[in-house]
Amino acid sequence: MIEWLLDGMLVLALLTTAVAVLASRNLFRAVVMFIAFGLLMALAWVRLQAPDIALAEAAIGAGLTGVLLLDAARHLGYSRGGRSE
Amino acid sequence: MRVLSVVTMTAVCLAFAGLLGLAVWHIAGSPAPVNLPGLLAENLDASGVEHPITAVLLNFRSYDTLLEIGVLVIAGIAGISMAKTTSLEDPDLRTSDSLLYALQRWFVPLMLVLAGYLLWAGSDRPGGAFQAGAVLAASGVMMRLGGIPMDFLRPGVLLRLGLALGFTVFLLVAVASALAGEVFLAYPAGFAKPLILVIETVLTFSIAMVLLALFVSAPVNRAQEPEEGEHE
Amino acid sequence: MTIHLLYAFAGVALCGIGLFGFIRLDHLLRKLMAFNLMGSGVFLVLVGLAQRVGQPDPVPQALVLTGIVVAVAATALAVVLIRRYYHLSGQITLAEPGREPVKKPAADAHREGPTE
Repeated sequence: MIEWLLDGMLVLALLTTAVAVLASRNLFRAVVMFIAFGLLMALAWVRLQAPDIALAEAAIGAGLTGVLLLDAARHLGYSRGGRSE
Repeated sequence: MRVLSVVTMTAVCLAFAGLLGLAVWHIAGSPAPVNLPGLLAENLDASGVEHPITAVLLNFRSYDTLLEIGVLVIAGIAGISMAKTTSLEDPDLRTSDSLLYALQRWFVPLMLVLAGYLLWAGSDRPGGAFQAGAVLAASGVMMRLGGIPMDFLRPGVLLRLGLALGFTVFLLVAVASALAGEVFLAYPAGFAKPLILVIETVLTFSIAMVLLALFVSAPVNRAQEPEEGEHE
Repeated sequence: MTIHLLYAFAGVALCGIGLFGFIRLDHLLRKLMAFNLMGSGVFLVLVGLAQRVGQPDPVPQALVLTGIVVAVAATALAVVLIRRYYHLSGQITLAEPGREPVKKPAADAHREGPTE
């Protein structure tokens, strides 16, 4: 029962951060949410008994992609043209 | 008009997710046609390594891994050719921060050791070339951000060698085993473990090199072109 | 229904969210992130569905591992292309030329961001 609660909360957090990535008006905030999403994905892989993918996801999904996107966001302007206005 | 398009798009996405969910539910109800984990456990002894995922990556499905490193090399070459700077290691492109510099003096050696451990652990525990390559690339990114010069990123023999090494060695092993009378990519009996170890090592270096080159070539226009980054 | 299947359905939801963002958002970096969300959803479906009986299955796990590395390489290449596109056209969206061109972020672009 407690396992289901844990997994349900993890899935809920995954979906919430995913929506936050797309919905936040500030690009910097969106990128930070994306990094948080990557870390939560690493947790999800641990729960799926896939430690290999969890290691790769923590290093790549949260680390490398995060740095790459932050660097790009800094140069493309933080919040311009974020939504289809 | 805009409201209508939003509603249509939401409906399309909901329909897509609903159909996908229905398909997943349908598949989940039917039993698996082949017992893959069982099949894998039976043949694990023949693979040369003890960790099932490494066995799948570098023995049973090594064709996928060969193609994957090929894709990575192509992406790396495309990224480098987009870079406008003549040298990928331009002092003007570095940011230097004293805090980062102090931090990385502790972190970079640790991360290099971690990458080595991950590579070695891949034979019987979670770990392997991909994770080690990612950690190696991350330490390279950190070195670059902190302003440590990295001469090997200059276009030249070292960069080309680093990019192509993994794919070349992997392909050579595959062709050699094909010429020796075995099937393409089948390791000769008894040599599986050393060959896998060699391939994993060169794969680690190549993956790290490709990811690092892609990261470094991202600022295509900063030094000479003030339009993009006016505020340095 | 096992726990693994729950993650497969979370992957389905992520696919839907990512698709919506990919079509709906204009900023190219946001499109890229939405596309990555979709990719993560596909990975979750792949592993979660294969492990529905409850025991770990190394074959899809290995495939997803290669998939993650290819995805990050593709993301990095896309970032390079987006920056090149921005440099050449001054736009960060794929807006049609005639329809209200998006202005280049001027020097005040950082004011809306976090403090520097």
